[in-house]
Amino acid sequence: MAESVLERINNNERLLRRGRLVNACVLIDTGEASWLVAIAAGRLASVARGPFVMPSWDFALRFSGEGWQRYASPEPQPGFNDLFALMKRRLLRVEGNLHPFMSNLFYFKAVLAEFSQAQRT
Amino acid sequence: MSAFEPAFESVVGRYLRMQLPGGSHRVYVEEAGQGIPLLCLHTAGADTRQYRALFNDARILEHFRVVAFDLPWHGKSSPPEGWQDRDYALTSHDYMSTILAVADALALDKPVAMGCSIGGRIALHLALNHPERFRAIIGLEAGAHVDPYYDLGWLHRPDVHGGEVCAGVVSGLIAPGSPEADRWETLWHYMQGGPGVFKGDLHFYTVDGDMRGQLGAIDTRRCPLYLMTGEYDYSCTPEDTLDVARRIPGAEAIIMQGIGHFPMSENPEKFLEYLRPVLEKIRGA
Repeated sequence: MAESVLERINNNERLLRRGRLVNACVLIDTGEASWLVAIAAGRLASVARGPFVMPSWDFALRFSGEGWQRYASPEPQPGFNDLFALMKRRLLRVEGNLHPFMSNLFYFKAVLAEFSQAQRT
Repeated sequence: MSAFEPAFESVVGRYLRMQLPGGSHRVYVEEAGQGIPLLCLHTAGADTRQYRALFNDARILEHFRVVAFDLPWHGKSSPPEGWQDRDYALTSHDYMSTILAVADALALDKPVAMGCSIGGRIALHLALNHPERFRAIIGLEAGAHVDPYYDLGWLHRPDVHGGEVCAGVVSGLIAPGSPEADRWETLWHYMQGGPGVFKGDLHFYTVDGDMRGQLGAIDTRRCPLYLMTGEYDYSCTPEDTLDVARRIPGAEAIIMQGIGHFPMSENPEKFLEYLRPVLEKIRGA
């Protein structure tokens, strides 16, 4: 999964263009699994799968309950089809330094969509 | 006519000079069609372009004079003089006063009011406070209240691009199946809002415009009320709208399948299929 996400994102010119100013380490915690994603100039430098003992990150996306499963389903139902929809349902918490995230919402929504798609395939 | 032949749309835009709360204003107004006035109110942080499909629907224009205006600070309406020295925050009082003043200035006789999101919320305020002024009221994506589910401060700070963050925040409110061109046109409008304008509108949406506890006082015998909400709207959910309808005797609720928070802009064709019968009903009343 890590390889396919990395390849798909790093070969997506438009996404790289969109994220060209993104330099961050991001923790994605789906509840069942966790990923540490290092991003340099929009490119995924590495994707490591947890569990982690002492992860260091700039911001973390922590899904809870059925949040990730519903979001990553092939056709998410209304209310589960976007990160902000999950935040409203309190099924996603974003914590840490949110500046890279909020400055690049389209980029990070696309990155998370790639993770959810990779889980399905 | 060839698709490549230049052609004007029937919609005409003009600037209206008028007094509004906050002083003298230059307000941009668009209109097309003839008949019953249909006054359209855009969403937070956007402008009249959201109603571009209504302005081009021959069946509606045959019987309705469709009118829309950019709220001050929005679209092609100017902010008030001295805007640079204050933060914008929309209030229920100013919002209602502005709508009524524009309707008066245009001499709209018992218009139908139709607003979306903040426009849907103010529609409830109009139904409560000024039912005698309107032939009917249509609230699109109308709920009584929304608690903020993200820190609104991110919408207006110099170190975050306002256009990117405003559009990025609302992008998920568009239904997944909405046409790509209309999705990105809708987002473009959000990318063009002035600094702090979307955030200022949300002051009304999340704080000042709270309608909880007042819905039962709306009398639909004085002014019919229609509530139309997209199934993919997680800001004002279908449940929120159905709850409003339950509390207002006579209110009619319609849940629109495959549509999100911006029905008239994100999927105009599908929205008009829902809207035309409502307008026909109003016209026939």
